Amino acid sequence: MAVAETQSASQSSQEKSWHEMALQALKRNDIRLVPYVPDRILTTLIRNIHADPFFTTFPTAREEEAVGIVAGAWMAGMRGAVLMQTSGFATLANVLASLAIPYQIPLIMFVTERGTLGEFNYGQSLVCRTMRPVLDSLAMEHHTATRLEEFEFIVDRSIKQAVTTQAPVALILSPLLTGGKAFDK
Amino acid sequence: MNNDNPARNTKVMNRFDLTSRLVAKLKHEEAVIGGIGNTNFDLWAAGHRPQNFYMLGSMGLAFPIALGVALAQPERRVFALEGDGSLLMQLGSLSTIATLAPKNLTMVVMDNGIYQITGAQPTPGSAVADIVAIAIASGLSNSTWAADEDDFERLIGQSMSTAGPTLIGVRIDDKPGTGTTRRDPVQIRERFMHGMGVREPL
Repeated sequence: MAVAETQSASQSSQEKSWHEMALQALKRNDIRLVPYVPDRILTTLIRNIHADPFFTTFPTAREEEAVGIVAGAWMAGMRGAVLMQTSGFATLANVLASLAIPYQIPLIMFVTERGTLGEFNYGQSLVCRTMRPVLDSLAMEHHTATRLEEFEFIVDRSIKQAVTTQAPVALILSPLLTGGKAFDK
Repeated sequence: MNNDNPARNTKVMNRFDLTSRLVAKLKHEEAVIGGIGNTNFDLWAAGHRPQNFYMLGSMGLAFPIALGVALAQPERRVFALEGDGSLLMQLGSLSTIATLAPKNLTMVVMDNGIYQITGAQPTPGSAVADIVAIAIASGLSNSTWAADEDDFERLIGQSMSTAGPTLIGVRIDDKPGTGTTRRDPVQIRERFMHGMGVREPL
């Protein structure tokens, strides 16, 4: 987080941060429902979404629950996206394979990536290695965002593709984009 | 066995009978979300409606899916049917629902204390846990055991004019579901979206 803040402070004042881009892309695409299981990296985005009356946003006890909520909302005409971290994604294989994909739900997931590029918890690094194989085994669309100048394009196009093709998408937010979680010891 | 448990004083009813009684009361295109297995099989057998959604997996997500529908369409009454074993997988969702407090959500827990469909093994909570007490402790103050079929119908009717989410616990027997839902997820979803009025007819 400290790294991300240092980076954003050094950017020119007119340049938007990744979380501002994410929030604006959600609004632009009429995504109003944002349940989440938090991550430290998501703190500012979650705070800003809470502060904006455009959104209905709240924490859930598990990521699966959030997937169920946005699936129900989509079928009743309201778009949603789920925010989570890598270890949260690792709990989702069953609901992706039995709900989001077979029912053709455009589930939009923002996953902040832990477990790589400076991870200090071995368990996190192992769980991170399960993420892309799960996505690939289900032939799910996924992108890893690493560069600010590409981020808006990736998010905007991915949301539009998810909705028009009625297929889920995972947007993995790399520490290269967010600064990640720095070594605490 | 704890004899003070209010569930023990309720009549053992039948899932298909109760589901049919619920469906018979629906006059305003109310949404009904049927949980995995027998719960949605009996919903299917009670007579297909375009406002019914049938879960073919994702055990435990009937209430979260129903919450999503309720949030998207606050003017529509939403019912969710879930088994006790399924609910034990997502007890956290009760707190989420209590916090959001949708006015238009009625939850029914079909409690037979077993995983009927996998061979009738007892659930971990069958001998000790009280689902309604768990719901109340999760913040869903309007949670009640239905004493019998008439009481169930009364509670369903009452929930339609209550300004907050309602949870109704029903003790049911060990019978399997009466029908089998046609397992076509895309068709289920597309029909449900028509039923919710968010798709033009093809």
